[in-house]
Amino acid sequence: MLDAHVEFSHLTMAFGSRPIFADLSCRFPRGQVSVVLGGSGSGKTTMLRLIGGLVTPSAGGILVDGDDVARLSERELFRVRRKLGMMFQGGALLDSMTVYDNLALPLREQGGRSEAEIAEEVRDRLAAVGLPDAEGLLPGQLSGGMVKRAALARAIIRRPTILLVDEPFSGLDPISTRRIESVLLEVNRRSGITMLVVSHDVPSTMRMADWLMLLLPGRVAEGEPGALAHGADPEVTEFLAGDAA
Amino acid sequence: MSGGWVQDLGAAALRFVLDLGGLAVFAGRIGRALVTPPLRFRAFLDELYKLGVLSFVVITVCGLAVGMVLGLQGYNTLARFGATGSLGAVVGLSLIRELGPVLTALLATGRAGSATTAEIGTMVVTEQLDGLRMMSIDPVHFVVMPRATAMLTVMPLLSGLFIVTGLFGGYLVGVAFMGLDGGSYLSSLESSVDFRDDVLGSLVKAVVFGLLVGLVSTYRGFRSAPTSAGVSAATTSTVVVGSVTILLVDYVITALWGV
Amino acid sequence: MTRAPARDFLVGCFVLAGIAAIGYLSVRVGGLAGGPPGGFKLYASFDEIGGLKRRAPVVVSGVEVGQVTAITLDESYRARVELDLTPGLALPVDTSASIVTEGVLGDRYIQLQLGGDTQFLENGEDLSFTESAVIIERMIGKLIHNVGIDADGKTEPEE
Repeated sequence: MLDAHVEFSHLTMAFGSRPIFADLSCRFPRGQVSVVLGGSGSGKTTMLRLIGGLVTPSAGGILVDGDDVARLSERELFRVRRKLGMMFQGGALLDSMTVYDNLALPLREQGGRSEAEIAEEVRDRLAAVGLPDAEGLLPGQLSGGMVKRAALARAIIRRPTILLVDEPFSGLDPISTRRIESVLLEVNRRSGITMLVVSHDVPSTMRMADWLMLLLPGRVAEGEPGALAHGADPEVTEFLAGDAA
Repeated sequence: MSGGWVQDLGAAALRFVLDLGGLAVFAGRIGRALVTPPLRFRAFLDELYKLGVLSFVVITVCGLAVGMVLGLQGYNTLARFGATGSLGAVVGLSLIRELGPVLTALLATGRAGSATTAEIGTMVVTEQLDGLRMMSIDPVHFVVMPRATAMLTVMPLLSGLFIVTGLFGGYLVGVAFMGLDGGSYLSSLESSVDFRDDVLGSLVKAVVFGLLVGLVSTYRGFRSAPTSAGVSAATTSTVVVGSVTILLVDYVITALWGV
Repeated sequence: MTRAPARDFLVGCFVLAGIAAIGYLSVRVGGLAGGPPGGFKLYASFDEIGGLKRRAPVVVSGVEVGQVTAITLDESYRARVELDLTPGLALPVDTSASIVTEGVLGDRYIQLQLGGDTQFLENGEDLSFTESAVIIERMIGKLIHNVGIDADGKTEPEE
């Protein structure tokens, strides 16, 4: 039986008259790396934003560790978000602050830690993502891959139990892609954090995912990657064999 | 199709009212943020620098220019009535009551207001505000509050500087160029300007304008569409809406204060 | 937290400059708290105050000693003016108050002419001698009227 950390319950989402998903119910297992695959415009990023409470669904529920995020007020959401970390596609680091200050910010805002304790946490995360020397740099001075890793470090600074990752490989060369992939897997291995990764890149997905959700036009296919790739569904096998547009 | 323009007008009016409502709610959020710790003094000081210090040159140069024009125009007009001794009063009252607060506010809207809107709008596009939300940080508290309060603080200071450089400009033209007696310029100025009627009203205007520009510029940035076209539209809106509102509110305050 | 001492210094200078500008405008130009201290109140009644305003100065021998703080109508429809003066002024009971104009078309103010009595006015007392404001339009009207009478060969002109 799947121990669900995040669950969608009859989720329906539409932007104006454009439907994204209809009556979607699924579960993302605890402690594992789940990847949501789909072409552009399939609603993958919206899914993460729904989980984070940045957007409310047209209908249905989104359960994050038991709390229905769709029904919570902004203040209650702030509490739930402590369990979440989000790594944005563009990094979303504050460009007027150094990498160190960007990572320290959520800890400082939370309060209760001394500067020395904060320094320890920041440096630990930077080391975990392979950016030990980057702390004094501004986001504008970082390469694409470095921005992603700094964003990852910030996303895990508060030791969340669920990590939401939006297109971690977009705009990266194959070497940087591999690097991010290994960092993500390492983080999952070290801390047992539940990861929800949204991606359009099939090869890295097949390497990374413990659980796969495929957003096809009109329907959704879920399961273990191996099972789906060699399964009976031709649309699915074709998708996973070729490149997702 | 004659119904068309009526519908458009109705739609525009509705949008305007909704926008006003949105602005009021936003103002409420900023107010709540002000009474919630932390104080964000560092960010406030940074904004004072960006909005105040960086506007200093624009304001003083324009103030000097306006003062000199007033001096010139004032002298020429007063000379026809043989009353050039009142130049100090003419320049002073014009600057203090109207031109100081209004022109300062318009210049600040164009320079500092649009910069604030563009900055916040860009943060929307790059998901920085969403990033803050995900870290359980209220973007209104973190980003908007220091900027709005800095604008409110900076406006009366800039207005005072504008007026003083303007008075100097008038002095320059009247005394150095036109040969008026310096003492009579200053005494005419000092005897005709009253703190309660003139200077205080000027300060009240500057504070109100600061509040308006602070509110409008941050609101537009916050609500900008997450595209570069959206940011551009938001910035334009700040300047246009801000300027029109300043001039309208100026009339209201002038009418009420004169009572 | 990023420290920027140079910037902070400029911000400090800017704020000080702004406050100095406002201070100059308020105190030197606007005359805030520039007047002499008050407390010593006297009253004067006039038939005609002709444009005298509140906060108009009260002058003795050319020196400002206070200001007009209130103007009301009394039961006989005369204008009762309240003067707020520097405490400690020794004004004889026969001091007179007249309303004079600055220049020909300027603002009105109150001029106190000292009398010669040995008794002095107390706080809250009324001045016995007052001279109302001269309304220049009426004077001109009278002059035209008198000139008209003269030209018609009537009797001597009025005062």
